[in-house]
Amino acid sequence: MIRDALLLQLGYNATLVTIGATFLGVAAGVTGTFLFLRKRALVSDAISHATLPGVGLAFMLMVALGGDGRSLPGLLLGSAISAGIGLLCVSWLTRRTRLAEDAAIGAVLSVFFGFGIVLLTIIQTMSAGRAAGLEGFLLGSTAGMLRNDALVIAVGGALTLALVVLLRRPMGLVAFDAEFAAASGVNVQRIDLAIMGLAMAVTVVGLKIVGLILIVAMLIIPPVTARFWTDRTDHMALISGLCGGLSAWVGAALSATAPALPTGPVIVLASFALFAVSLFFAPNRGVMAAVLRQLRFQRRVHMRQGLLALAQSQPIYERFTLKLLRRAGLAHADGVATTAGRARAAKALRDEKRWELVRADQAFESAAALYDGLREIETVLTQDQIAEIDQRIGGPKGALV
Amino acid sequence: MTIELITEQGASQIDLKPEDCPLMVRGMTVSYGQKPVVFSVDLTVHQESMTAIIGPNGAGKSTLLKAALGIVKPLAGRTFVYGNSLAKQRHRIAYVPQRASVDWDFPTRVIDVVLMGLYRELGLLGRVRKSHEAKAIACLERVGMVDFADRQIGQLSGGQQQRVFLARALAQGADLYLLDEPFAGVDAATEKAIINVLKGLKAEGKTVVAVHHDLTTVAEYFDRVFMINTRKIAEGSVEEAFTSENLSKAYGGRLATGQIDQLDLAAV
Repeated sequence: MIRDALLLQLGYNATLVTIGATFLGVAAGVTGTFLFLRKRALVSDAISHATLPGVGLAFMLMVALGGDGRSLPGLLLGSAISAGIGLLCVSWLTRRTRLAEDAAIGAVLSVFFGFGIVLLTIIQTMSAGRAAGLEGFLLGSTAGMLRNDALVIAVGGALTLALVVLLRRPMGLVAFDAEFAAASGVNVQRIDLAIMGLAMAVTVVGLKIVGLILIVAMLIIPPVTARFWTDRTDHMALISGLCGGLSAWVGAALSATAPALPTGPVIVLASFALFAVSLFFAPNRGVMAAVLRQLRFQRRVHMRQGLLALAQSQPIYERFTLKLLRRAGLAHADGVATTAGRARAAKALRDEKRWELVRADQAFESAAALYDGLREIETVLTQDQIAEIDQRIGGPKGALV
Repeated sequence: MTIELITEQGASQIDLKPEDCPLMVRGMTVSYGQKPVVFSVDLTVHQESMTAIIGPNGAGKSTLLKAALGIVKPLAGRTFVYGNSLAKQRHRIAYVPQRASVDWDFPTRVIDVVLMGLYRELGLLGRVRKSHEAKAIACLERVGMVDFADRQIGQLSGGQQQRVFLARALAQGADLYLLDEPFAGVDAATEKAIINVLKGLKAEGKTVVAVHHDLTTVAEYFDRVFMINTRKIAEGSVEEAFTSENLSKAYGGRLATGQIDQLDLAAV
């Protein structure tokens, strides 16, 4: 059953929902990248909670006008308007009062959400409201979703994505260096508004599937995951989009197999799984890589210190150092160097001298920047350059290896 | 007081036509809250000059520059660039912000930062072509950072970061270069590299303005001086304006007479 769901074999509606969710996930991941880089990730939490009163009011209005009240485009329009008002409140509070952004976010988030809950309670007492299923907007639900709803979500996601691609340069520039952006004529406020507006679009579009409480996770977790794998903004947006799309696809498919399961939480758990894998196993920034790097570094430090001690015939007190040297066949148990150890020690001492010159000479700047007291000089300089330095030091010619 | 200031400041500028003047700031006032940081300041930058903006900490040096560029919204004041409004002439300006103003853990490489200087040329969707990359590399060459093109910016030292910022400004291909404390906290090698590039720009007929904090190098690096302490204190060639009298006016008690004596003051 789960395999069928993932392969889009669960019938027409479930397939549409899964595809719609995937579009949304990609859009959220890419939009979230810029939100995260601009250090505004939490604003999306305020935006999402501010949608609720809009949903309630739109429902009431549509019922009052004799409509169905459950029409998704109408509800989304209402939520967009109230999210927009919430967003303006946060930015007004931050700019015009002494409140910091976090306080403004907290205030707006709770007030709007509270108001929304009150509206939902009132709607429950209305005769038209009992079967409205508006609670589905809290945690997301794909049950009973119509074909048109899925289409609205897919198209909304695709449009948002197109806008992000169009604005990627100014948004990246403002996120990295707002002053430079302003000086080159970019309207920083307008770009900030665009970043927020796109986050708002993702929130509104994703309301039905993921729900307003957890949509923020779709904007934050994928970029944070992507950051582990790359040092480039464009790659980060790409990876983040992939993570978002993948987790939305898996999440929506899984929840289609068990209609009682709310979709939002499943999607969030799927994207958390990607995050956890990245956190531990990413090659450079991951936890494992950091631990391994630290261990390797420690060994190199001990080795280097040991060799320099051998070269200067100093006693080695550190047991770990001695153990490393013995294991490499460079020293005896009593701390006396073997023949191989003496050669390596002499080389280590000579490298110190070479590095000293390299670091003092502007011509070798980029090499000198790699100096960490441990690196073998051959990994940084060519044999010719080393020969040149040796000539300056004097003494025996050529590199001793 | 205000009238006196205006007459005093307006004196020597009649002979300069605005269109020959790369940067002209008039009546600039900026305040943070109720406290003016820059008050009614006029600045006139001469063509092909190297101007140092100097003054004590918190005197409004950086703020003046930012307000002139519209990065900070001034309370009053106008900027003219080559006799035109700022909006029309932005493409002729390159700006180097303070190094500390950005997060260096940002996911971007050195070459990407320099390419930011070409965004105007690239537009929203234009692809980065080989010619753009070659241009960026050439700018890195000028500041001696070619070998670092592919590094993540977080791996650079302070001086190297500053040179990357300068390379980005070079990529903008401007006529007027405005730099905010380009020599702050950099190593000697970087300082030399930067001043050589700036002098090269001047030789090409460009104009350079820099907020500067090191009084001992003013006479060596610059030919004009703008001294500010919230209000304008002095403006002119190094010989005219960089005098011990003006310095004690600008810095007050913050600069001991002994320190002033040690400076290489042209006019003394």
